[in-house]
Amino acid sequence: MLAEVRAFFAERNVLEVETPLLSLAGTTDPNVESFAVEDGEGPVRFLPTSPEFAMKRLLSAGLGDIYQIARAFRRAESGRWHNPEFTLLEWYRRGIDHWRLMNEVELLFRSVLGEVIVADTLRLSYRDAYGEAIGIDPHTADAETLAYRAGTFGLRPVGTLESPQWLDLLFSEVVARRFLPGRLTFVFDFPAEQASLARIRDGEPRVAERFEVFLGPMELGNGFHELTNADEQSKRFWEDTKRRSMAGQPPVEMDQRLIAALQAGMPQCAGVAIGLDRLLMARAGATHIDEVIAFPWLRA
Amino acid sequence: MATYSTNEFRSGLKVMLDGDPHNIVENEFVKPGKGQAFNRVKFRNLKTGRVIDRTFKSSESIEAADVMETELQYLYNDGELWHFMHPETYEQVAAGATAVGDAARWLKDQDVCMVTLYNGDPISVSPPNFVELTIVETDPGVRGDTASGGTKPATLETGAVVKVPLFIEQGEVLRIDTRTGEYVSRVK
Repeated sequence: MLAEVRAFFAERNVLEVETPLLSLAGTTDPNVESFAVEDGEGPVRFLPTSPEFAMKRLLSAGLGDIYQIARAFRRAESGRWHNPEFTLLEWYRRGIDHWRLMNEVELLFRSVLGEVIVADTLRLSYRDAYGEAIGIDPHTADAETLAYRAGTFGLRPVGTLESPQWLDLLFSEVVARRFLPGRLTFVFDFPAEQASLARIRDGEPRVAERFEVFLGPMELGNGFHELTNADEQSKRFWEDTKRRSMAGQPPVEMDQRLIAALQAGMPQCAGVAIGLDRLLMARAGATHIDEVIAFPWLRA
Repeated sequence: MATYSTNEFRSGLKVMLDGDPHNIVENEFVKPGKGQAFNRVKFRNLKTGRVIDRTFKSSESIEAADVMETELQYLYNDGELWHFMHPETYEQVAAGATAVGDAARWLKDQDVCMVTLYNGDPISVSPPNFVELTIVETDPGVRGDTASGGTKPATLETGAVVKVPLFIEQGEVLRIDTRTGEYVSRVK
């Protein structure tokens, strides 16, 4: 499968790159925990949760379109579709937006998955996906409404949830589970609060220029029309750091080099990260990620 | 009592839920891309046997249950309680009818059973998968009648009644699968 992926990008003149696994900065995202590595003499280093920051620095340094098949690491993420150590296929295309990138993602999947895809691709907005599955507007519903609605689907989680967390739970347990097996579903225009490193588009409602792609109910990838504004990115990192601190989560070094690169100027581009282990699962008909990993977490 | 956090959840873990000891049957980790992670967990109540579903926000914790499974030897039944003994420490525990359940049909002296203890008290007893019991009563068979598929009831030394082929005679020793309650074969 990797050979096919490399051939796909070679045909399109996208350069394969390699970025560090031991970085001075980590991700401030409150929903992700990074592995920290002791250096003895120097400061602690972090294993990447995705190669994004380093690849954006390369883009700012003047590289053209790039891709990477990168090992990624996320603590405490273990399950049927998760292994704390996994592989991401991540690529960036300059001068296009996320709509055109979705087209390329679809081409790649059809080429790699062949007959595993048995239906036409569906593209719908986050709002429409919620509307169809749950009948509420995810951009305006408050925590109480979401909690009540979740209850009607038998979801009564232990722990206090805020609106974004209810949205996440309902999305994976209700909305995505209804996606047709064997069909590629693209969901775009995420709520602005879930923008992560994507641009936000003003409007009614404000949305993040972000998409996710699914095969049936399984999430295969996450794509963005990338945020290029250094101040905005820095602000988001600070917000994240505050949230981590308030929640008592371990502190992570903010990536100042990425901010500096954005200040120097990153070209307008769109990027996407695909879970390669999951892509292999889809291709092989596996039902658990352990089936496609040489030595899963507990046996590594 | 110790607690477990969701990232320690796995099948077979014994925990407290709503005041009763439960066993984790299935644990599914779900995480919509870059969002909040959750654990969807299936539990079995070790006292009632009921299976329930519950969702946890990641990093919530749950109280551990003082539940242990040990192999104990069956000693005797005094009419109300079934008495078991640990083969090495000689400690004894007594289990009531609810805990013993279906195992009562198969228990013979010195059988080794898997007993689940909660806070030191037996809450369930599993007999060995296979037991060998003598038939104390059954209608006479027709010698050589191995062809017909018919069965007849036979009462075993423990009082259990099982269906056996027609050629089986009173006094024979049978191998029984306790999980299905069915005759497996004769024991020579």
